[in-house]
Amino acid sequence: MKLIENVSRRGFLQGALASGVFVLSARLVPQPLWAAEDEAAAAPFDPSMWMSIASDGTVTIVAHRSEMGCGSRTALPLVVADELDADWTRVRIEQATGDPKYGDQDTDGSHSVKGSFDLMRQVGGTGRAMLLSAAAAQWNVPAKDCSTEPHFVIHKASGRKLGYGELAAAASKLPVPKQEDLQMKTRAEWRYIGKESNALFDLPDIVTGKAIFGMDATMPGMVYASIEHPPVLGQKIKSLDDKAALKVAGVHKTITIDTVEPPHAFKPLGGVAVIADNTWAAFSGRKQLKIEWGSSPHSTYNSAEFRKTLEATSRQPGKVVRNVGDVDAAFAKGGKIVEAEYYTPHLAHAAMEPEVAVAEYRDGKVVAWAPTQNPQAVQETIAGVLGIKKEDITCHVTLLGGGFGRKSKPDQVAEAAVLSKQLGKPVKVVWTREDDIKFDYFHSVAAMYMKAAIGANGKPTAWLQRTTYPPINSTFDGKSTYAEDEMGLGWNNLPFDIPNHRAENGPADYHVRIGWLRSVANVYHAFAIHSFADELANHAKRDSVEYLLDLIGPARIVDLGAKGDDAEEARKYPLDTARLRRVVEIAAEKSGWGKKPMGKGRGMGIAAHRSFLTYVATVVEVEVDAKGQVHIPNVWTAVDAGIIVSPDNIRNQFEGAAVFGTSLALFSEITATKGVIDQSNFQNYQLAHINRAPKHVDVHIVDSDAPPAGVGEPGVPPVAPAILNAVFAATGKRVRELPLSKTKLA
Amino acid sequence: MIRLKVNGQEKTFDGDPEMPLLWYLRDVAGMTGTKFGCGMSLCGACTVHRNGEAIRSCSTTMKEAAGSDITTIEGIAPMHPVQKAWMEIRVPQCGYCQTGQIMQAIALLKENKHPSDQDIDTAMSGNLCRCGTYQRIRAAIHQAAKELA
Repeated sequence: MKLIENVSRRGFLQGALASGVFVLSARLVPQPLWAAEDEAAAAPFDPSMWMSIASDGTVTIVAHRSEMGCGSRTALPLVVADELDADWTRVRIEQATGDPKYGDQDTDGSHSVKGSFDLMRQVGGTGRAMLLSAAAAQWNVPAKDCSTEPHFVIHKASGRKLGYGELAAAASKLPVPKQEDLQMKTRAEWRYIGKESNALFDLPDIVTGKAIFGMDATMPGMVYASIEHPPVLGQKIKSLDDKAALKVAGVHKTITIDTVEPPHAFKPLGGVAVIADNTWAAFSGRKQLKIEWGSSPHSTYNSAEFRKTLEATSRQPGKVVRNVGDVDAAFAKGGKIVEAEYYTPHLAHAAMEPEVAVAEYRDGKVVAWAPTQNPQAVQETIAGVLGIKKEDITCHVTLLGGGFGRKSKPDQVAEAAVLSKQLGKPVKVVWTREDDIKFDYFHSVAAMYMKAAIGANGKPTAWLQRTTYPPINSTFDGKSTYAEDEMGLGWNNLPFDIPNHRAENGPADYHVRIGWLRSVANVYHAFAIHSFADELANHAKRDSVEYLLDLIGPARIVDLGAKGDDAEEARKYPLDTARLRRVVEIAAEKSGWGKKPMGKGRGMGIAAHRSFLTYVATVVEVEVDAKGQVHIPNVWTAVDAGIIVSPDNIRNQFEGAAVFGTSLALFSEITATKGVIDQSNFQNYQLAHINRAPKHVDVHIVDSDAPPAGVGEPGVPPVAPAILNAVFAATGKRVRELPLSKTKLA
Repeated sequence: MIRLKVNGQEKTFDGDPEMPLLWYLRDVAGMTGTKFGCGMSLCGACTVHRNGEAIRSCSTTMKEAAGSDITTIEGIAPMHPVQKAWMEIRVPQCGYCQTGQIMQAIALLKENKHPSDQDIDTAMSGNLCRCGTYQRIRAAIHQAAKELA
């Protein structure tokens, strides 16, 4: 339910849009997608402002989503500009502060364009209709005889034209047309949506070093803080000696922050903050702290043992999350049974910009600048921690130096606010890379067990899959052991044509803060499913692509038995196997699958996975050298994401996803010993560098009229299984755990 | 008192001589185009030029930087052919590592006018990009090399 409003003459206009003569807003009732967004839904009656036109023609469009590299901050304003028929070179983008009036601002779940595309079109289309009416009235001609070209209304018959700036004042006095009367552009009329010319709005600032990331934010009079967090989650300080720290030049004082009690949510972890004149002095002082830490129930957390527990759980029946037919009956019939187990470790997000925030507490109010994916979560978290009202917290959003899900968890912003309140001045909290790696909200470690009964043609008659990992909800309730939202991420929606299928989930306790990382549970789910599919193809002695297409089966809509909100989404975005087949066929064709001769140590692998409502198939070519080192000369990805806004940016997202997927497939692993994270920086938490990343990634975007789906995350899940399947093709070695670097190939 | 030149300007510094050049540039001189990524020369986000050569400013102390001629991204005239190529190829995603990548690429092209893919991978292998823009970085360096030739 959305209603565009003309708020040009209202007294409350403030900020960037206040200079506009003609200002459009929208009342909206956002659709809750994740639990935290219920808050936004509760405040739908505050008009939110999206777009203004100044008398000089400058169009200002509000970006209510954060920019972490996926292009949301550019894509959504582009949609407004297109329907408005604005000249993009005359558009300014104003980044929204956190405010429920914008609906959901959590730049997460690959849903920025998906969730706001229609609204952005309405905002722009309404503005264009009113400008057309204003010009028509001035010329005393019917509005239907007028048209627009970028930034002008024209009357072809008489050759007259008026600029948007000239029309802004008149347009502002007009009533807002009814949505049903709007003449939206046809797809053929779009100037920006889907066009190759689109580039990131911030590109010039990025290449010249002018772009302001969270790390670059300042406030007058601010001091710097570096925080020694409890090495094990939940440890409290037994004793603190800060004498040496206080002797470091530039260090002012230390402040103790209480250790967090579960549920951890986004609250500060606790620890000792060293306050100083500059970042370096804060880091140096911190190194001189002598802290004795108490015990924690998580001090027993050892990754090697925990793995055994997870694997044992996955071998036992779990909670059934999807059931089709009767797998037990099929298994009881005997015949060929194939079983396999897969394991994936914790991962850290490791965005290039470590956690950072500046905040000032003054007179019961907080102003913060942060590279956050979710400014509303900043407001909620600080309100909870300091006991003040959400409305009294202003969260400005800078550019994000990467996010990948880590930066929707604003614990470091809350740290800055807590410290500022104690110090009475603005504080910049800067995490080191070591803090970032050791105190992440980790992508979960997971163990999967798979079992299939094989029919006559090698195709399964039954497929059982079990997955076990500490769930994300444990971070928010302190006790969950079974997953919830993760089940929809590639587990309860297997798109295969198998008569008997059961998906289960086993329980696991958390010992670190569990969070979501780019594509979340799809990472381990897709790894198990598509490794297993390839194993079955090999058992059947069939070609992997041909077998995968057979598994997917005929073109159909898969009934997932969705209920409630999921059912509404399923109607708009049905799981359509025709689209999945198509990306598989395209990726195979582009790669020359089955045609390209593979020499010794070379092989290709495929995986196809739908996530965030986008269909993706990826073929990877690997070369395994004599030392057993894996090189990736080529990746081919086919993507059907529905209608897209910026094709070149989408190619960039999927090129990047191939690298992200390569990092987790080959190199990255987080482990714990006695509750302490073993890794600390890029020497032991390894990522793909340019010389180990896929050399060439070819992205093919399927032309589609389907509603927009996600692009930031869905490129990741197929990469790891496709790499490992290729390694099998190249070497005959089936590796069932990540990262691959732990397994010797030669 | 430490003296050095930053982007052609004479600077003096009388703070902790062990302070890395990175933090001097960012916190003291207020030039934030040079980024903090790891603090251990493991990611390249902090790359600047010392007397024309690419160095990691996070691991270069002010004592070591004394007397040298430092160039940061702010001292590169926009649009340098490398920056232009970065724009045309549309390399960046989040952009955080890109100033370091650009500084490393400029230094490479000074040494090697026509780098091969292998040369580029070797020279750029210390610069991490978590968004994974490596393919475009390689393409942009080739394009800039052509323009500089």
